[in-house]
Amino acid sequence: MADTYLELVNTPLPGRIARALGLPRPAVLRRYTPGEVLAPRPVLVAGAGAGADALADVLLGWDIEVRRHVLPGEKLSAAIVVLDRASSPTDLTGPLLELGQAVKLLVPGGRVVALFRSAADTTDPAEAAARQGVDGAIRSVAHELRGGATGNGIVLRGTATTTDPTTLGALRFLLSGKSAYVDGQFLEVTAVSADGVVDLAATTGAEGEGIPDQPLAGRTAVVTGAARGIGAKIAEVLARDGARVIAVDVPAAGEQLAAVANRVGGTALQLDITAPDAAARILEHVRGRYGALDVVVHNAGITRDKLLANMDAARWDSVIAVNIASQLRMNEQFLASPVFSESGRIISLASTSGIAGNRGQTNYAASKAGVIGMVRAQAAAFDGGARTINAVAPGFIETDMTAKIPPLTRQVARRLSSLQQGGLPVDVAEAIAFLASDAAAGINGQVVRVCGQNLVGA
Amino acid sequence: MADQAGSQNAARTPRTAVVIGGNRIPFARSGGAYAYSSNKDMLIAALDGLVARFGLQGERIGEVAAGAVLKHSRDFNLTREAVLGSALSPETPAYDLQQACATGLETVVGLSNKIRLGQIESGIAGGVDSASDAPIVVSEGLRRVLLDLSRARTPQQKIKALGRLRPKDLSPNAPTTGEPRTGLSMGEHQALTTAAWNISREAQDELAYRSHQNLAAAYERGFFADLMTPYRGLTRDANLRADTSPEKLATLKPVFGTSLDTPATMTAGNSTPLTDGAALVLLGSEEYATANNLPMLATIVDAEAAAVDFVHGDEGLLMGGVHAVPRLLQRNGLTFDDFDFFEIHEAFAGTVLSALAAWEDEDYCKRVLGLDGALGSIDPSKLNVNGSSLAAGHPFAATGGRIVATLAKTLSEKGGRGLISICAAGGQGVVAILEARN
Repeated sequence: MADTYLELVNTPLPGRIARALGLPRPAVLRRYTPGEVLAPRPVLVAGAGAGADALADVLLGWDIEVRRHVLPGEKLSAAIVVLDRASSPTDLTGPLLELGQAVKLLVPGGRVVALFRSAADTTDPAEAAARQGVDGAIRSVAHELRGGATGNGIVLRGTATTTDPTTLGALRFLLSGKSAYVDGQFLEVTAVSADGVVDLAATTGAEGEGIPDQPLAGRTAVVTGAARGIGAKIAEVLARDGARVIAVDVPAAGEQLAAVANRVGGTALQLDITAPDAAARILEHVRGRYGALDVVVHNAGITRDKLLANMDAARWDSVIAVNIASQLRMNEQFLASPVFSESGRIISLASTSGIAGNRGQTNYAASKAGVIGMVRAQAAAFDGGARTINAVAPGFIETDMTAKIPPLTRQVARRLSSLQQGGLPVDVAEAIAFLASDAAAGINGQVVRVCGQNLVGA
Repeated sequence: MADQAGSQNAARTPRTAVVIGGNRIPFARSGGAYAYSSNKDMLIAALDGLVARFGLQGERIGEVAAGAVLKHSRDFNLTREAVLGSALSPETPAYDLQQACATGLETVVGLSNKIRLGQIESGIAGGVDSASDAPIVVSEGLRRVLLDLSRARTPQQKIKALGRLRPKDLSPNAPTTGEPRTGLSMGEHQALTTAAWNISREAQDELAYRSHQNLAAAYERGFFADLMTPYRGLTRDANLRADTSPEKLATLKPVFGTSLDTPATMTAGNSTPLTDGAALVLLGSEEYATANNLPMLATIVDAEAAAVDFVHGDEGLLMGGVHAVPRLLQRNGLTFDDFDFFEIHEAFAGTVLSALAAWEDEDYCKRVLGLDGALGSIDPSKLNVNGSSLAAGHPFAATGGRIVATLAKTLSEKGGRGLISICAAGGQGVVAILEARN
């Protein structure tokens, strides 16, 4: 459903009225189009040290104009603040105040990205305070940004450096229009061993041009719940990125599913993911048609909302069966099969309801929080290998489902985020395509929220 | 997809043609879910579902053959138009075929023969029919007046042409299932045969009941998940009555054969209703299937057509298949004992039961079919095991595609050999043998 308020305040007169009355003024977000220029204007790399210097060199190699300090009046596409050496809260002062100057100069749709180390990886209280301090400061900056700009962080775990392939992959994603609705988020990256998991050329771009056009070329991806809404868009974006897509949905949704499969040049597989043989049928289809399964996107999900006091077993059980039990059962069978690639990726749809809770959604929140628990436990089991599992938690996304929310509630829900608008299915799909790519090889067990920095459950 | 693998060195010796898979839309009752869908709409829907199932987007298929029995004159190139409206390559050739209710099976026979000869590597065969969106024709009188009017040059000639118009000319001709040479409807023809073979009401109702039971069970175990794509909100055949019983069927009033001397036994429950729908099968050479990583459900072994003289002789209109089967078995050195599955199209329960009775009748088999004795009996447990037209419905030209895909999948699951027999208007019948791959 179109956000008519957003369209209205982006025209001259209503825009001035909204400004005068102090009403929300959501911006039209900068979204990815093929051939996008990552940073048409200069990019600030604030912070000192070898990590910052090395990163600045990489950006120069991407044909980006790099500034190490703000130049008065010069507009910036992005401000990157590198704090990987912060060992005390006082170390933050200089770089963050520099960032403050840069924020005023950001173009619409600009980006703030902080690179810093994880507080969990130090036992020194002052160092942990500095690292955790960055988290708080960047979340706050994200709230302050306007004009569709976003603020996010890349958290270096263990020995990860500012120029590791996954660090750069995450940075590209956050600078790109692909992360339009990702705001106030922190991607934890780990160093990936050099045993061929990550294709450096694909990550950094051969000639420093934007992100490679087809980062998923040659991959086979299964998307469940692909007949409509977010699932259909995931199928489209994975196909755009070069993947061969197997679109899965219940037989009753077969007509829309066939249309999606034909649009993305994939195959339609009609099956109920709660059936005991669902994974076996997917594996059989993949084995016969494509050989190997590289990417699984567990998108299929249902809601059966009711206050817990009025909840019945049928509502509870059906939500658990579709949203989490099916994923557990299928993952077990995928992981036991030689068809599932050694560098396979699993991406599960969680929800901000599973993080913050939501009235009337005890069953749904249980299933989606369950997804997060499953992802973290499975990720730990994947440690040391080339497989990854991650979750994407959408906030308010403009779909047929949210179009059924009463108009006033819907208007309020849209404005309850830093970006003051709902996201689009493509925003969720871009995050999933990123996690499926080689560039995200060092991201495992994460829950990436695509919520425009929603004010609830932050 | 590898395009037309190996067509440069087309073999002179016959090759093997296989059924790769199928797709149909659920069959709707006439005037139901597809009341406003044209044959072209439904054929495109079935094509697009097939393309999606096998990832054939933009592929140039060797040839697409399909047809419709009730066809508008504007649809003279129905199948080619459907291809152009589908996700297939617009460079895919197509032709229409019409052999009444045998249309669908005959398209399979024709394209599989082209594959066997090496003329094409892949083919899509089947058919579509709408009893809802049937053509209505102006009367012969009005048609002649209109044609004369279009040729008239002077006002006088135009007035003269119009002056021949009579009020009765203004009532249109609706389509019927009547036989042009006898004026009898198909049901009335079958009523004669049913009575001649002494087929009881109970036996007919029992057959109809089993058809519904078998089709419902097939849906329950997900048999159609990769044979069907929903259309216009319909996810199952609208005619299916999973909860029907012989008792309920016994309460229905006879509708055919009511003016015969014998008891009328044919009801709306043991006759197929007018139905809308489309069904297609994807065929290919073994090389094509292998090169494109596509499954091979069954081999198309052989086929035979027959026609009977129902006009002057005393054979039943729908007994064509009865004559074709022994010829096909003889050519292939097979008997009924060599078959694990039988798909006999249920135009009417009486059609199937008359055929079974005829093949068991020594005198008939000797005298009419020219055999040494009775052809044999068919075990009911091997007959139409996943339901047939009484339950699914029968959109005339779509039935062949439905049956071939259903039998091919059954064979891929259970193994063995299957026989298809489809009767058709004009006293015709087309029959075929399919074999499992393993």
